[in-house]
Amino acid sequence: MPEPAYRIAGLTKVYGEGRSAVHALRGVDLEIPKGEIVVLLGPSGSGKSTLLNIVGGLDRCSAGTVHFQGQNLTEMTDAQLTRYRRDHIGFVFQFYNLMPSLTAHENVELVTEIAANPMNPDDALAMVGLRERVDHFPAQMSGGEQQRVAIARAVAKQPDVLFCDEPTGALDSTTGRAVLQVLKDVNEKLGATVLIVTHAAAQAAMADRVIHFADGNVRDVVVNRKKMTPEEIEW
Amino acid sequence: MVSPLDHKLLRDLMRMKGQVLAIGMVIAVGVMMLVMMSGLVTSLNETRSTYYDRYRLADIFAPVTRAPERLLPRLAAIDGVGVVEGRVQGSALIDLPGTDLPVQAQAVSLPDLRDPRLNAVYLTDGRMIDSDRSDEILLLQSLARAHDLHPGDRLVATMNGARRTFRIVGLAQSPEFLYTTAPGEMVPDDARYGVIWMSNSALSAAYDMDGAFNEVLLALSRGAKEAAVLAAVDRILGPYGGLGAYPLADQTSNRFITEEIGGLEAAAVGVPPIFLGVAAFLLYIVISRMVQAERTEIGLMKAFGYTNAEVGAHYFKMVLLIAVGGAFVGCLLGIFAGGAMVQLYTAYFKFPFLVFQLEPSSFIIGVLVSVLSASAGGLFVLGQVFALTPSAAMRAPAPPDFSRTGEIGRALNLLLDQPSRMVLRRITRQPGRMAGAVIGIACGMALSVSMLTIYVGFDRTIDLTFDVVDRSDVTVSFTTAVSDKTIYELQRMPGVTLVEPIRIVPTVLRSGRYSYRGAIEGIPKDARLYRAIDSALSTIALQQGGITLSSSLANILHVAPGDILTVEVREGRQPVLNLPVRGVAESLLGSPAYMDMEALNRVLREPGRVSGAYLAIDSGQADAIYRALQDMPTVAGVSLKADARNAFKVLMDTGAGAIRYVMGAVAFVITFGIVYNSARIAHAERARDLASLRVIGFTKGETAFVLLGELAAVTLIALPVGAVLGYYLSFGIAAGFSTDLYQIPAIFDPGSYGFAALVVIGAGLTSGWLVKRDIDRADLVSALKTRE
Repeated sequence: MPEPAYRIAGLTKVYGEGRSAVHALRGVDLEIPKGEIVVLLGPSGSGKSTLLNIVGGLDRCSAGTVHFQGQNLTEMTDAQLTRYRRDHIGFVFQFYNLMPSLTAHENVELVTEIAANPMNPDDALAMVGLRERVDHFPAQMSGGEQQRVAIARAVAKQPDVLFCDEPTGALDSTTGRAVLQVLKDVNEKLGATVLIVTHAAAQAAMADRVIHFADGNVRDVVVNRKKMTPEEIEW
Repeated sequence: MVSPLDHKLLRDLMRMKGQVLAIGMVIAVGVMMLVMMSGLVTSLNETRSTYYDRYRLADIFAPVTRAPERLLPRLAAIDGVGVVEGRVQGSALIDLPGTDLPVQAQAVSLPDLRDPRLNAVYLTDGRMIDSDRSDEILLLQSLARAHDLHPGDRLVATMNGARRTFRIVGLAQSPEFLYTTAPGEMVPDDARYGVIWMSNSALSAAYDMDGAFNEVLLALSRGAKEAAVLAAVDRILGPYGGLGAYPLADQTSNRFITEEIGGLEAAAVGVPPIFLGVAAFLLYIVISRMVQAERTEIGLMKAFGYTNAEVGAHYFKMVLLIAVGGAFVGCLLGIFAGGAMVQLYTAYFKFPFLVFQLEPSSFIIGVLVSVLSASAGGLFVLGQVFALTPSAAMRAPAPPDFSRTGEIGRALNLLLDQPSRMVLRRITRQPGRMAGAVIGIACGMALSVSMLTIYVGFDRTIDLTFDVVDRSDVTVSFTTAVSDKTIYELQRMPGVTLVEPIRIVPTVLRSGRYSYRGAIEGIPKDARLYRAIDSALSTIALQQGGITLSSSLANILHVAPGDILTVEVREGRQPVLNLPVRGVAESLLGSPAYMDMEALNRVLREPGRVSGAYLAIDSGQADAIYRALQDMPTVAGVSLKADARNAFKVLMDTGAGAIRYVMGAVAFVITFGIVYNSARIAHAERARDLASLRVIGFTKGETAFVLLGELAAVTLIALPVGAVLGYYLSFGIAAGFSTDLYQIPAIFDPGSYGFAALVVIGAGLTSGWLVKRDIDRADLVSALKTRE
């Protein structure tokens, strides 16, 4: 197994207290290898999104450790977590979360302005196949196009890890496949670790590794010996 | 059983409690103002008329030189006259140990052995006088208080040239003397003027009025024609030296109190609607945005099968709860504050009791304005939302289209980073929304500017009156118009550096149907101590053969230079003159009319007569000068400018003018409410964008910049807009605060604008800080889950 991007130990997340406490994560131990495409599968409430949020530096855990490049995320201050997201992490969301007041190009620039080692925004947009529509505002683009801008924005900083929460959730399957293709390209060209949380089990076919979640813990980890391209996936 | 929608309603209100409170507060303060002011005015008017009724204040006052008592039945027989009372009154000087200046007073007779038919007194302490004892007096309570005099004390007074010692047996108040001003002075001063009540027999003896009277009081019967009665009274008293009967409306104390209540009334009518209007506008904006944000929920309810009417009712209830809640709190605050203010003003007006009355219409207006404006905001947006199908409403709305902003300032784009562009585009792309925010904050700025301008206006009135118009140290008034030789006498006093005479003649000025009972002031040529000034503050050279009016008087009479005024002189031969208006002078205190002194004496055919003098003195010799003045038999009264200035300041700070401080505070509360709401609304609209920025690695500060930059830009645009609005608003509010007694100018004072801007900026910074705390605390995960 290659060197891990994340080393997760005893990760626990409890919402609420006492009898009304909800255990979203129950002591997860997990290693996520560097440079792989990892798909997290599981029913709603199984804890996969909670894990993504904590590992992505958006939320804090109740107990446990998450090590990234030798640092423990769970001990970081808010400012350090911001720094971590800014320098290392790219996010892609189900609802794109673009800034409506900025063009596609500017949405990408939003990130390249503050990143440590950014790509040229045009290159990032070219990578997602949007060379032509860089001066359009989100309102002038389709959902798939908006999602590709969101991916361009996420990858333009050349992140170490790309987190994708239901990236195709709001898209039809054709558009969704195109988006997955972009994620695969980013993984191959930039060597970024890509973590995808999804309901669509079929998408696991493109992953290097599939992690199944159930009841707040990892049920099993399957290494995919026979990867398929997004083109070949049906869902 | 509470319906689920009502649960939602309550939880929504709880969720938005910060904003709900801020809106409710703005409404509450606007309604409070309305309820407080109208209740105050109603209560004061009601108290006054009850007081007048209970103590039988006369409807008509008729001074006369000396009339025999047998005229009284003739006066009573005039058609429309109900009650007649003759009495004796005269001026007196009270010597108080420990005071340099004698206190001027008016001595008034009370009938022997019976209650007065008119103008009864209210005994506050001690007992009524025994008419068998000629040394017993009642003293006006306010003067007694000012000098710590009590029943049982002795009082030395000079009446008709004779010095006598009296015994105070009681203290009294009277609706006739709520305000007491020495002749020739504008501003009431409790310590400097008093009233002595004595038995008719004693006072008649003192003023040689046995079997006669020198003032008659009349009460009109129902349906009487006042003008006809006045004319009839003048006809009967004419041969006996009648000085012109005048109605209660022209009586000094009543006129003053009417002006003061009028000042409050003008402020009550003019100012709260402005406040309430601003609150209503704000409410409209907030509610419309709140409903916009509920778009998904509305779609969902419709998808479940709720009708438009049911969904509309749900949101209407929310609007109603906030509006009615705010208005209700405002009414309570208004009753409370109104009650407190009425107490203060009751003491100030010296009413012996208080009839507290609220103005029911103010509650209704307050609630209606709040509910209507809130509903309008809600309905407008609900209409838009209802036009959508449930599915369209539930879908996240397409991102707001910013494409048209791309063209704006491509050159500018090169200079700006992305967050700045976001701020700029929000402002340029959604001009309606931004204009709403700008106008809201500008209204707050305007309120603050105009209130601060009013403060400066009050100071300006004092400065102009006591530093520019009147530059003397001491004013002397004589018992009657005396020979100008008296002026030389004053000039010879050691320590007196300059003396200027003045001739003051009581008159009624008429032009068409407008009239004013006042006085003409004859000012010598080249006067330096007391002058008529123009609006540029330079001395007006009074032209011969004409009259110069203060601007307030010109307004009252509706005349301009060139018009002819009828002047009825109420002194001496009482000629009726026709004089042209030569000019209009600036005056902020009273409503004076000026003439050249020589010209005035000439038209009166009384050359070389003066009725008073302005003195400039060496302050080191003041005491000696006061003593010398006291020994001059022709001197009726002496007043110090410093005292008058203080009295005027007290008047403006405790009378109708005092309400300006309450209004100023309210203006600041509203300003803050507006700015804070603007920040809250902007935050609510941008919460998701801001969370996205945080997620992609923007720091808290960088994220806050996007929102606070917008707030800052809106505030900065609002400042000049508000300054302009405030400039015009200040004229309206200044007019509301101006009375017959004093005028408040709306002055362009850069300091006020600067300070108001600081207030708005301060409110912006505080609001920004409060909102930034929320940005910092934002739950990134849930913010991203929420759809717009």
